[in-house]
Amino acid sequence: MKDYFFLIPIALGLGLAALAAFMWSLKTRQYDDLEGAAVRILQEEDVPIRTKSGQ
Amino acid sequence: MSCCGSQAGLVALRPDARAADEEVLLASPIVADGVRQTDLSVPTIHCGACIRTIEKALDGLAGVESARVNLSTRRVTVKWRADGPPPPLIETLEQAGFQAHLFDFEPDSGDGARSELVRALAVAGFAASNIMLLSVSVWAGAEAETRNLFHWLSAIIALPALAYSGRVFFRSAWQAVRHGRTNMDVPISLGVLLAFGMSFYETMVLGPHAYFDAAISLLFVLLVGRTLDHMVRERARLAVKGLAQLSARGAFVLQEDGTQLYLPTNEIRTGMTILLAAGDRVPVDATVTKGSSEMDVSLVSGEHAPVRVATGSVLRAGTLNLTGPLTIVATATSGDSFLGEMVRMMEAAEQGRSSYRRIADRAASLYAPAVHLTALMTFVGWLVATADMHHALTIAIAVLIITCPCALGLAVPMVQVVAARRLFDAGIMVKDGGALERLAEADTVVFDKTGTLTAGVPRLIGSCDASRETTAIAAELAAHSRHPYSRALVEAGAGLPAPHIAFDEISEHPGYGLEARSGASVYRLGRPEWALAGVTEAGSISGNESVVLAKDGSRLSDFRFEDRLRADAATAVAELKEMGFRVQVISGDREISVRPIAAELGVPWLAAALPGDKTTHIAALEASGRKVLMVGDGLNDAPALAAAHASMAPASAADVGRNAADMVFLHESLTAVPLAISIARSAGRLVRQNLALATAYNVIAVPIAILGHVTPLVAAVAMSGSSILVVANALRLESRRRSAHAAGGARLPTKAAMEAAE
Repeated sequence: MKDYFFLIPIALGLGLAALAAFMWSLKTRQYDDLEGAAVRILQEEDVPIRTKSGQ
Repeated sequence: MSCCGSQAGLVALRPDARAADEEVLLASPIVADGVRQTDLSVPTIHCGACIRTIEKALDGLAGVESARVNLSTRRVTVKWRADGPPPPLIETLEQAGFQAHLFDFEPDSGDGARSELVRALAVAGFAASNIMLLSVSVWAGAEAETRNLFHWLSAIIALPALAYSGRVFFRSAWQAVRHGRTNMDVPISLGVLLAFGMSFYETMVLGPHAYFDAAISLLFVLLVGRTLDHMVRERARLAVKGLAQLSARGAFVLQEDGTQLYLPTNEIRTGMTILLAAGDRVPVDATVTKGSSEMDVSLVSGEHAPVRVATGSVLRAGTLNLTGPLTIVATATSGDSFLGEMVRMMEAAEQGRSSYRRIADRAASLYAPAVHLTALMTFVGWLVATADMHHALTIAIAVLIITCPCALGLAVPMVQVVAARRLFDAGIMVKDGGALERLAEADTVVFDKTGTLTAGVPRLIGSCDASRETTAIAAELAAHSRHPYSRALVEAGAGLPAPHIAFDEISEHPGYGLEARSGASVYRLGRPEWALAGVTEAGSISGNESVVLAKDGSRLSDFRFEDRLRADAATAVAELKEMGFRVQVISGDREISVRPIAAELGVPWLAAALPGDKTTHIAALEASGRKVLMVGDGLNDAPALAAAHASMAPASAADVGRNAADMVFLHESLTAVPLAISIARSAGRLVRQNLALATAYNVIAVPIAILGHVTPLVAAVAMSGSSILVVANALRLESRRRSAHAAGGARLPTKAAMEAAE
């Protein structure tokens, strides 16, 4: 029973972290242009997306 | 690979630059402090180099804050400082070799639904995977103490996930129930909620069976289907919206004090004086007060030949001014204009179609009562047999869980998603799944002529005594005009060597033609009676569709034009006839131009039809029991498109027509029509198979549930098994394409031979 005390929160925490990361990437519009992202990695200069909050 | 090709050939002819600036301003709202955002649709973006070229070119413009290309949607979002004038975005893109047009800005409206679905999907996925992990150990035979702990943990995960992700279904189910209807979301919501409720009770009383995993994975799988469905439709909608807008956004209105003001179309009032440059569309119905020109009326009335207008002529909203500037007076507001009238007729016609019920809704209306009745009878049966309330209720709920229409909820959308994706790849945009069902039922195809069967663009068909030399001269002159005949001449002269004549000044005489000077001689290209003025050549003027090239009033050669059939129109019509369709042509054009085209295709025709005639004709066909597919492009076709059982429009169609049509095809070839029908039919077959599979699953699973043998493990296996089966069956549509591709490759030589024979 003592093992559960650590293991279950860790397992759920990892899952929640992944969920939070996904939500963050969605909110910062990283899925808006998947085709574009695929070809942009070949460009030399790296221009970050300017979001409304980032200005 | 030819990359980022520039459109060679035509001398760039822009409409009034001031008007373009005002249009950009109208379409660019202020999004942040002093920053405006303009969305441009650039259909030819296709590679990484295009992205670089465009972003570099636009970033270099004065006033531009940022430019970002979206390759998936073929759009460019530009943010620029609002204190300066609009940067020359479209011109810059054109110089870089990209055709661009304004895209109406929507403040994230379409994205809202999509991101809600994706977020719900993410939460459901997280919850389903974690609950499943816990459930597996329970199924593996965990001790009672551990099992109860895991049930509690599952409940804690499931409750927020259900509340968050389930909203999509609960909302739609509640809507249906409140209006006394039932849809697929009603049994889904009920099944999920009851499964959760019973499991929660079992957890509290420390019972052995909890169905949290079934409830949440059901939500997850259904959300996957729902999200895919939404994304495909959204993509089609954006693609259709990204096409060039073919109605006027606004026009320059002459104020009383002599100044000019750019007003959006819906603010133009009757009696206002409008200045209409060549290349502009007429915003509202109007009368010409000054100037003369030629109008392209093909989108409005279906007539393919340009119409000459002068003082006193009546113009209909939506027609395109081709050659000369006009001063016109509005005789109606946008709501009362021809366009507004068409929209009203369309709305009236659409009411007939709205009675169509989608196959999924029909299935749900049979399914939901049957399932709920079965569960009720199970409950009563067990209550009578054992007099154990709790036991009877548990089994009745297990019946509801096992019959929860997971497979049924996926059966229809999955097939339609795959079909829409296949059509999308072929350049056909489907507005919604219901359109595919209706298309599969069609048995009659009615074509419009101008712009649908024909390309709507005249082509040089023959020229008496025209040598390469004279054609080249004519093409050189024609490059300075936007008249469709001039465009056709430029196209015809594209490969020819440049003439050895240097023209000094070239001027366009609206309604007549082009005049150029070369040394002492005057060249004229245009109407015969004008080009040959001063020389009486009685009887030589052969009709209003020919153009004469003359030097100092003497004929060098003359050119004749004809609207040409779209690529593959004959093949497409033949294919449709072979498939057993009744094919007809109905056009607003004159009999003389409809008859030869109908004869060439061997189909019955109806000419000089008014918009109302088209709808009545279709209504009559429908009344005689036929299901009509209407294919048309014009403003005058819009009511007929809305009235028909199913409808398709080419990408070049008027905005209203595109919006009224169920499907829009982007490529020039008319074979899109038979292709769409055959895909819709095979999709219909797969939908019926899937429904049969889902029913078969229930026939097997329901007796097991009624007898009380359903444990959470059985439920999980049965439900995921049936879902996988249905999805796999839907994907067969995709694999058929590969075999069709192979067959298409073999057919190519015949097609090439036919083209050579033309």
